[in-house]
This record gives sequence, structure tokens and C-alpha cells, in this order.
Amino acid sequence: MTNPIIQIRQLQKRFAANGADIVALQDADLDLASGEFVTLVGASGCGKSTLLRIVGGLEPASGGSVNVDGLPIAGPGIDRAMVFQHYSLYPWLSVTENIKFCRQLKVHRDVSTLSDVESAEGRADALIRLMGLSHVADAYPNQLSGGMQQRVAIARALMARPRILLMDEPFGALDAQTREVMHDLILHVSILEKTTVLFVTHDVEEAIYLAHRVVLMAPRPGRIAAVHTVPLPDHRDQDMKQTPDFIALKKQILAGIRDTSGMQTDYELLERLGQVPAP
Amino acid sequence: MTGNVNPRRPLWAIRGSLERRAHWLIAMSGLLSALLAWWWVSAGGAIDPVFLPTPPLVLDSAWAWLRDGDLLGDVAISVYRVVAGFLLSAVLALPLGVLVGTYAPVKALFEPLTDFIRYMPAAAFIPLVMLWVGIDEGAKIAIIFIGTFFQMLLMIAEDVRRVPMEQIEAAQTMGADRDEIVMRVIMPSAKPAILDTLRVTMGWAWTYLVVAELVAANSGLGFAVLKAQRFLQTDKIFAGIILIGLFGLATDQCFRWAHRRSFPWLYRR
Ligand SMILES: Nc1ncnc2c1ncn2[C@@H]1O[C@H](COP(=O)(O)OP(=O)(O)OP(=O)(O)O)[C@@H](O)[C@H]1O
Ligand SMILES: [Mg+2]
Repeated sequence: MTNPIIQIRQLQKRFAANGADIVALQDADLDLASGEFVTLVGASGCGKSTLLRIVGGLEPASGGSVNVDGLPIAGPGIDRAMVFQHYSLYPWLSVTENIKFCRQLKVHRDVSTLSDVESAEGRADALIRLMGLSHVADAYPNQLSGGMQQRVAIARALMARPRILLMDEPFGALDAQTREVMHDLILHVSILEKTTVLFVTHDVEEAIYLAHRVVLMAPRPGRIAAVHTVPLPDHRDQDMKQTPDFIALKKQILAGIRDTSGMQTDYELLERLGQVPAP
Repeated sequence: MTGNVNPRRPLWAIRGSLERRAHWLIAMSGLLSALLAWWWVSAGGAIDPVFLPTPPLVLDSAWAWLRDGDLLGDVAISVYRVVAGFLLSAVLALPLGVLVGTYAPVKALFEPLTDFIRYMPAAAFIPLVMLWVGIDEGAKIAIIFIGTFFQMLLMIAEDVRRVPMEQIEAAQTMGADRDEIVMRVIMPSAKPAILDTLRVTMGWAWTYLVVAELVAANSGLGFAVLKAQRFLQTDKIFAGIILIGLFGLATDQCFRWAHRRSFPWLYRR
């Protein structure tokens, strides 16, 4: 890949948990092109969150490197925004104040000419409208539904114009209908803003629908098992989920997760319970 | 009921809430039935009023205390001691608690020490306090301080630790530095819990009043109770205890009111 925005090389992460040494990531290699949407799927505990948090600078690596624009990352940075599944909004601030939170921070305040302030106000307003939050702009987060709250979290992450958006199961707690709406919204935004997105999910359909490429990870040790390019045009619509290509890829990835999860069903036990006929 | 969008709330819903009127009705009947039970038992004549005076006797004694004694002076000095001891605790425990809850080295330095000291009975410090601080106002304030500070420190540290990591990490990825995270995320996020901690420890400060006024006091509600005990004036003991309870209840309500005023976002659904 020429000039990837994110370059992950031989990434290692070990956790020492009560004496045992857990290899959460082993030799992970991945490049993301600027503007690319990549989703991470895999069995629970395969290191998806760990990988995302290292790229976000929230967790140090045990080995290997992550470069953004060719420079090794050192901690969190305003070029990489993060959206969490839960509890990240500030309940004491209104929706608008949450979205403008970064404006209070020194890094964003330092260069405040009048036109900067003006364009920031304009951007906040635009994000509020884009996310469909105008009618709740003055509400507090705990007055909103889960879907609305995640819209606020996304708007807040986008406020500082990050070039990279890191999302860890951001829609994991939402119902299927709300999710579909959010999918089209986040696709729309990422194309509009040319944001590079690294997105963790448990939902294979979501992973395919959103991504240019789906990365399949496997546990024990956590590693990248396969990378699937999604054979769909950039502008997605919900009908594409019914196409043969989509369905075939979904089957392939689901099989991959099953094979690598390391959780084989005990057929002997099922037999004894009378659940299945002997093979 | 017309114009009411919500149907009546069921009384026994798990973790349900009550309508304002129902709440006050039930709360008042709880207080009143305690009063009536006391009245009924004490006025029955089966029990010597030296052991259990009747409510009117207690009221008389409080009235006499106000008219002939120095009730207002006793109240003022006791309120001063409780508030001074409590404020001294709060002023020190707030910044220290935030640091203990935020930074591991501060926690390692102070937490075991605090855990150790907080099990020591405040009353046992009286001789030492008299030795170190003397027997004037400072000594009484010191006892209330010892009784509240260490618990308050640990509880505030815990309040701060309960701020969701996601809130902190979101700020980090938006470019907040360490000071900004403490001042703009941890503090505002923990504030409601901290105010609740202050409310609870204020209650403890009131309970230490009698202990504090064991130290060479010659005024105060706690002192009056102790003196009444010497002369077996049970009615005055009752009056003193009930007054302390009422002042405690009043401060508690003030804290609750301040909580609702300061954190409207918590009460809006
Ligand atoms: N702070 C930690 N201390 C010890 N072990 C950890 C820690 N964080 C993660 N791990 C371990 O590292 C492995 C990978 O964890 P990670 O959270 O990245 O998995 P995941 O793929 O995100 O799982 P899930 O799909 O359940 O969210 C797991 O075995 C987990 O137990
Ligand atoms: Mg995870």
C-alpha cells in the first residue's frame, strides 16, 4: 500500500494476569489507507479492543510499532478520536456542551482567532444538524435514548476534525433498527469527512456492510487470521445485504470465526443429552 | 384525574418513586408514629418518668432550658464546633481524596495509613488531644476532626475512583492533559458523589459532638446532655438528644436541597 495513514508492524501485547502470561496480540501487521473503513471481527478475547486501544495510544504495546503518517505514536493524540460503547458522555454537560467539549482544552484553544471560533461554532452546529440532534441540543445525556447518546458521542469525536476514528463496538447496545440508521449515518460522515475508520464489532453483517476491508482476528494468541476485501461499491445501501456476494462473504467470515474461536462443541456430551443423533 | 399524562405510579414498584404528596404523607406518618408510640408507652404510668419521660415533660424541660438556661448559647457553640470540625476535615480531605483516587503513588502513601487510623476510636484520642491541643475550643474541634477526616478521605477517594474510565479516556483522545482531566472530567463527574459523602460525614460529625464535649466543656448540647445525666434529668437528656437529631436532620435536608440545586442533570429524566 502506498502511503498508508496507519502502519501496524509486528505488534505485540502481553498481559500478566495473576501469574499467567496472556498474549493478547502476536505479530499483528496491518496497513490502513487514508479514508479507508476497516472493521475488526473475531471471537471474544481475540484482542480487538487491545489493538484498537494501542492505536488510540491508550495502551502501550509490548513490542512492534504503530506509525501514523510515518511517525510512531506516543500516547493519545487529537488526530485519533475514540468512540466507546458506553459511559463516555459527560452527564453534567448538555448535548451541545458535550460536542463542544474539546474547545475548552488548551490544545484547541491555543490558536483561537476570531474566525477559528466562528468556524468551530459553525462546525458544532453542522454536526448537531447532521446527527439529527437539533431538537435535543439542550438536553442532558441521560434524557436521551441509547442511539441518541451514541450520535452525541460520534459528533463529539468528530468535532476536532480527527483524521482517524477508532470505534469499539459503538452500536453494540443498540437495537437492530437503530443500528441500521447509525450505519448509514457513520458511512455518510466518514465519506464526507474523508475519515479513516477502524471499527470493532461482533456483528459480521455490520462489519461487511460498513467496511472496505474486514479483518478477522483469532484468539490464543490474539492475531490477525485473515483480511477480506468487501466486493461492494463505496456507496452502500441496505439492499446490498441481500446480494450473493454479501451473503457468501458473511458465511465465509462466520465460518472463520467459528473455526478459530477454539470453542468446539462437545458432541459426545450433546449425544448423551439426546440432543443430536450420532454422526 | 384529568390533565395527568402519567397514570398513578404503583406504590410497590421495585426501586419505584413516590409522588411528592405520598412521600411526605408516609414520611410524616413514620415520624408521628414513633412520637405516638413513645407518648403512649410513657404516659401509660407503668414506667417511671425518670426512665422514660413523656413528650410534654421533655417539651417543658426544653422550654425551661430556653427560658432559664442558655439553650441558644448551647446550640450556637455546638453548631460552631460541628461545622468547624467538619469544614476542617472537608478542606483537607477534598484535595487529598482527589489525589488518592487519581494517582497510585499518593494512594500507596496514604491509604494504608488512613485505613489503620480510622479504626482507632475517636474517644480514645481525648487524653492525647488534651495533652497536645489543650482543653479549649481547638480540642473539641480536633475530636470531631479525628472522627470524620479519615473516613471522609477514603470515601472521597472512592468517589473519584468511580468516575468511568471511558469518560477519562474520551478526554485523553480529545487532547486533554493531566490537569484538564482532573479539573474538567474527574472533578465535575465525581462532584455529586462527593457532596453525598459530605452529607453522610456531616451526620457523623454531629454524632461525635457528645464525645467532643466530654473534653472539659462547660457549654454545648452534648455537654448539657452529659450534665443532665449526672443529675438524672432524663427529660433534659431527651431534649438534648432530640435537638441534636433535629439539627442533624436539618443539615441533611440542606445538603439534599443543595444536591438537587447543583446537579439538575441528575434529576431530569
Ligand atoms: N487489562 C488487562 N489485563 C489483563 N488481561 C487483559 C487486559 N485487557 C485485556 N486482557 C486480555 O487480553 C485478551 C484480549 O482482550 P480484548 O479485550 O482485546 O479482547 P476483545 O477481542 O476485545 O474481546 P471482546 O470481543 O470480548 O470485547 C483477553 O484474553 C483479555 O482477557
Ligand atoms: Mg472488546
